[in-house]
Parts: sequence; C-alpha cells; structure tokens
Amino acid sequence: MTDKLLPPKKKNPQLRQRVPTLPPAMRSRAALGLTAAAARGAFCLQHCDACGSVQYPPRDACSSCLSVDLAWSETAREGKLIAETRIHASPDPYYRERLPWRSGLVQLAAGPTVLCHLHGDVRRGDTVRMDLKLDKAGQGVMIALPVERTPDMADDPQLRSLTADPKHRRVLITDIRSPMTRPLIDGLLAAGAAHIFVGESESWRRGSDHEVIAGLDKVSVMQLDVSDVSSVQRLAAEIGGKTDILINTARFVRPGGVLGADTVFAREEFEINTLGLMRLAQAFGPGMASRTADGVNSAVAFVNLLSVHALSADPQYGAFSASQSAALSISQTLRAEFRSSGLRVINVYAGPTDDEWHQPLPPPKVPPKTLAKTVVTALQEGLEDAYCGDVAKDLEERWRKDAKVLERELTGGGA
Amino acid sequence: MKRQAYDGVVITAPVSVPYVRYSQETAHWWIARALKQLLDVAGIAPRELDGFSVSSFTLFPDTPVGLTQHLGLSPRWLDSVPMGGASGVVALRRAARAVQAGDVDVVACVAGDANRIDSFRQLLSSFSRFAMDASYPYGSGGPNASFALIADAYMAEYGVMREDFGRIAVAQRANALNYPDAIMKSPLTLEQYLSARPISEPFGLFDCVMPCAGAEGFLVMREDEAQRRGLAYARIASTIERHNAFPEDPVQLRGGWVMDIDELYEMADCGPDAIDVLETYDDYPVISMMQFEDLGFCAKGEGAQFVRERDLTITGDFPHNTSGGQLSAGQAGAAGGYLGLVEAIRQVTGQAGGTQVDDTKTAMVSGFGMINYDRGLCSSAAIITGAGQ
Repeated sequence: MTDKLLPPKKKNPQLRQRVPTLPPAMRSRAALGLTAAAARGAFCLQHCDACGSVQYPPRDACSSCLSVDLAWSETAREGKLIAETRIHASPDPYYRERLPWRSGLVQLAAGPTVLCHLHGDVRRGDTVRMDLKLDKAGQGVMIALPVERTPDMADDPQLRSLTADPKHRRVLITDIRSPMTRPLIDGLLAAGAAHIFVGESESWRRGSDHEVIAGLDKVSVMQLDVSDVSSVQRLAAEIGGKTDILINTARFVRPGGVLGADTVFAREEFEINTLGLMRLAQAFGPGMASRTADGVNSAVAFVNLLSVHALSADPQYGAFSASQSAALSISQTLRAEFRSSGLRVINVYAGPTDDEWHQPLPPPKVPPKTLAKTVVTALQEGLEDAYCGDVAKDLEERWRKDAKVLERELTGGGA
Repeated sequence: MKRQAYDGVVITAPVSVPYVRYSQETAHWWIARALKQLLDVAGIAPRELDGFSVSSFTLFPDTPVGLTQHLGLSPRWLDSVPMGGASGVVALRRAARAVQAGDVDVVACVAGDANRIDSFRQLLSSFSRFAMDASYPYGSGGPNASFALIADAYMAEYGVMREDFGRIAVAQRANALNYPDAIMKSPLTLEQYLSARPISEPFGLFDCVMPCAGAEGFLVMREDEAQRRGLAYARIASTIERHNAFPEDPVQLRGGWVMDIDELYEMADCGPDAIDVLETYDDYPVISMMQFEDLGFCAKGEGAQFVRERDLTITGDFPHNTSGGQLSAGQAGAAGGYLGLVEAIRQVTGQAGGTQVDDTKTAMVSGFGMINYDRGLCSSAAIITGAGQ
C-alpha cells in the first residue's frame, strides 16, 4: 500500500529552488486525442468505424482492416499487467531527477497492449484499472491503477505527478462573498489542504460570512480586490511565494441581453470576470510557474470558474456570457504561457448557479456545494476542463457535436 | 514457388572501422572510412563503384543520395536499408539479388553512425512516431526500458534467471578480449554482471550495449569477380527477412525468425547442427537467448537450460558472438546490424585473427531491429559458407 505523504518540512530559503523541467512533450497529431480525452477525465481510444477493432498507439489507419475512419470512443478500463520495470537510468532531465520510475505493459481487455506508468500498488499479474491523465507537459498519458482504492493511493509519487491534489498545498480563493467559497473551504480542508487564504474586497462591507470564515482553523482572510491592480500586486507580494493553487471565485453577474443592457454593468462584468483573471494571472502566475517543481507543496494549478455559456452565449445574460467567453480565451493563452512550467490551468464550467442572479430561471441549477465538489475533484483528478451539473454537461456535449446547432438552439428556433 | 539459390554471388572484404565511445565526426566521415577500406581491399576506384547500400541513423538531413555527391560516387544501383539491427542481412539479400540479375557488378554495403555527446538522447526521443507518442514519455528509459519489459515477461513465462543472461554476457566478454577493436577491454565475471548497478530492472549495466561511433562494411559481387581480384569470399547459402511478425502477441516472447526458420534451413540444405559459429543480434542477452530458441538451436522456453549446458566462447562447444558482440564490442548505431555479419565473413574465410574459431565453414548470422513501440519489428538471418581456415 502507498506510504502516506508527509507534510513538507519548512523550506530552506538558502537552497536553490528546483527549476521546473518537463517530461517529453512532442506528440503526433493523432496522439493529441489522448490529451483531449485526459483533459476532461475520459478514457478514450481510437475505435475503427469499419471493423470495430481498438487501436493503440494512436494512428491514422486501422491495423486490422486499413480503414481510415478511426473515432475516439470511451473504452473499457480493465487490463492485466503483463510486464513491469523500474527504470534507474534515463537521459531525459525530467525523469532523471525522479528516478527510479516504474513503467509496465498492460494488456487491455479491449485488445491492445499499452506501455504505461505504474501506480506503486500494482504488480505483474494484477488486474488493473487504466486511467488517462495529463502529465506535467500537459500531454495525455496512461497510468495503471489498482482496482481497489486504498486510503492513501493518491499519495503515490507517480500518480501525484499527474494530478493537482490539494493535499499539503496552500490555496488562495479570491472572493469570500462567492456562495461557493464556504463549501470550497470545507472541501479543500477535507482533502488535506495545508492552508487557505481567502480574498475579501471592500472589507468595510463585511457580511456575516467574514467572522465565521476568519475564525476557521488553517484559514486566513486577506484583502483582495481583483479589479484593482495594486491590491492584487500587494497580496501577491505577501503570499505569492506560497500560493500553490489559485481558485478564482470572483464574479460579477447581471441579467439582461445586449440591446437593453447598461454598459456600466457590462464594464463591471469584464472588469471582474475577464480583466480580474488577467490581473491575478499577471501578479501570481510567474511566481507560481517558477515553483512547479518545488517538492510536496509545489505550485500546481490556476483554477477558473466559468459559466458554460463561455462556449456559446446565453442571450438572457448577454454581456455576462461575453465576459465568460473572453475569460475562456484568456485561459487558453495562459495555458500556452504556463506550458513550459507545467502549471495547469483548470477551467470548471457550470450552468446557472443557484443564487440571486439566476433566481427566476427554472431548475436544474448548480448548488454552490456541488460546484465546490467539482473543483476539488478536478484538482484531485488533475483535469483541465471539468463540467459541473447536468446543464453544463449537456451543453458541452451539444457544443462538441455541433457548435452552430447549439448556437441556433440557444438563440431561439430550436425545438 | 521455390526460392532461387544465390549461385554465383559472394560476399567478401569484411571491414570494421574501430569504434570510439564519443566522437565529433559525422556519419559521413565514418561511412567514408569504411568505404575507402572496402575499395582499397578490392582495388576499385570510387568513381568505378557501381553499387552502394547504406544503413545509418545519423545522416540527417542527408540520405544515401546526398552521400553519392559527398563521397564522389556515381553508382547505377543505390540502396538505403533503415532497419537497424536487421540491416546487415537485409542489405546482403538485396545486393546479392541485384548482382545475380546483372543490375550491378559490385555493391559496397556500409553501415556507420556518429555518436556525439547527447546525440543518443536526441535519437531516442524521436526514434519513431509510436516511440515519441507511446513509449518515450513513460520514464524515457529508451530501448533499455522497453526491452526490460520484454525480459521481465520472458523471465516470468519461462522461469529464466538473471544468471542465465549473465552467462551470455560473460562469454561474449571473454571473446571480446581476443578482438582488438572491442570497446570493452577488461574481463567480466558473473558476480560483476549480477552486482552491476541497475539500469532498468531486471537489466543491470552489463545487459546493455555501449552506444558509440563506428562503421562496418562488406562487398557483394560475382564469384568470378572476387576470384579475379584475389579476394577471399563466402557463399550465401540462404537468407530470411520478416517484419512485424505476430502482431497479436501481447508482449514479444518470440521474434519473426519463427515464421521463416524452416525455410532458412531448407534453402541451405542443413540443420542447426551444421552451424559452426553463430552471430546473433545482442542488443540485450535476452534477445540472443530468444534467438537460440527461435533459430532452432533449442526448444522454446529452453534457452536458459541451453546456456547452462553450453560454452559460448570461441573455444567452446557453441561459439557465439565471437568478436564480443555489441555487448562488448560496442553498438555503433546501424553498424550494430552489420557487426555479426562482418565477423561471420571473417570466420568462414579464415580472417578472424584472434577470434578465429577452428575449422569454421558454416556460420549463421541473425539480425533484429527497430523497437518502434513495444517490440523489435525486423528480423533477419543468413547462413554463409566458406573455405574456412
């Protein structure tokens, strides 16, 4: 069984901080299908449309019948570990500093043999459960996990390198007033987070949450206004060096379309939802990116909470949808800019949340508790895109199927 | 259809350019040195050479076409054999048929590779598309890790011990001490083999080859041409070649030889007992053991028992990898796919010097190459005969 991961010792500031290195990142275009599936936590391989045979490694033509119609589809995760090795020598700088490293061959029930990373609890002859995860280079890789979950299995060093687990890490939640902040704090602490900083703007405008949250063990409330550059920079100067996970809960929502809406509200939505994200990334991003190889509590993830209407606008929330689309776009650029560090940008998409600004909408709406749970799970699983609730999942599926059809449905004219 | 014999075609002029661990020189330089020796031995001017076959991993951005201009050749027959460890036999097969058909008079077959600091890492990371996508990102152990997985499964399946692999490595080192160009020059004991630092379990240091720079070559021509030039030569009794055999095997416990071995012996009109010297492709001892089985020297799964009972040194009852193989002579890239064949020509023509096995008339050479993803895809073998010493 996996050894329990111990909290890190206090950092010695005189020692050189380990510089981030990445595992091999180069892939063929076909192999990016693994990355796309891993990003949302799916386990997909190519299946031949003509003969049904399952392919691996990813390729451009079926190795059974030469058809070129290969579709990425959900695949059974069962397999048997038929060979294992512990690598003690590697010319690659990333693996060289993480040796020894275990890898193995798994014969999938679906057919192909997969060369994969091994969780510490699996041995040759075992039946294993395969998972597809993003590695530090942001590429989809396979890992063989034990079929039975064990209490500390997430602490396994090879598995942990593929996730953004909050255990022993320090988290900044940017807005105390978000209804999901409290359940998020509870969820992160239950997941083993070492400390949680909670941002609060306009602290003279204190709500009842302040006293309760500020009184919690391992939680500190800090002044933070994401619409104010100097406020963001001040906080980054104070805690930027110990922010391992940043979860941006700051959000400004006003209902209304485009024609009749007040641009003052629209500007505020962009100010908080879009430029706020940019300010946080500018102030905290470089520091976090420099600390992605910094041991047990290395920096791992920058989390955005987005409306699923970032993908396709909800005309009842026109300017808000636009701010979400812009935030999504910024997160994509951040992914490019954080790529060389391995810092993960996680987007958690939700449908209408169950709060005052979505009050007249019919259910299902996402309760803050559910959204918080999705965020914690996305970190533990190491996802890049997570969809919370039925509305978000439904919309994402329709968007992937045909973005134009979805647009027409959302803008009227669908059944 | 019955395969035509290689009547009238011979293989001659075995040439090895001594290996160097790291070298600033390019593949072009190494290939040029081997080619010069070949042509000098045969008394052929570069411009007269009409056939050229090249195997190399490190010519980029050049191909053998670029080499013709670089080296001042005007061949009417040009081949590129990018099959790693299977290259030697495959180059021979193709050249022999072209000579036999009269498309070409003399083919110079050369394999050579450079090895600069860090070039091995660069070669591994982009060795093949499947390696780039599906093996190198998993610990980046390179072929050591991939073959360690094969060895792990093979040991579990057939009850093989590390000592059994060790016997092969130790015997080859003993052979290499008689081969002046071997990179490894000190003796190796079984204890040293077993206690060596782990590389990728179950492999330790002495399961692995030393990447280095170097070149090997030979000439293929008509028998009368060899006689006219006064060259000692060997005849080609039979050859086989196979790619991606048994794709349904979940892990490689056998090579492609299994598909073609009957034909190899049938064409040579002999059996395993007739083989005086065996040169296998030894990127790892486990692969040599697999070849003992798949080439018919013992039954499948009995390779370990076989090496416990036989003496694999040049004075033993089963002389194997007489120049030390790649494990002790070094692996100069694609030249590793030529090493055994070049040594076999020396053996059957009585030119092997310190490694000469007495009374060698028939030798078998087997090749194995290209771990594209999880297994070696190319297999080849040849039986050659000569007048002996």
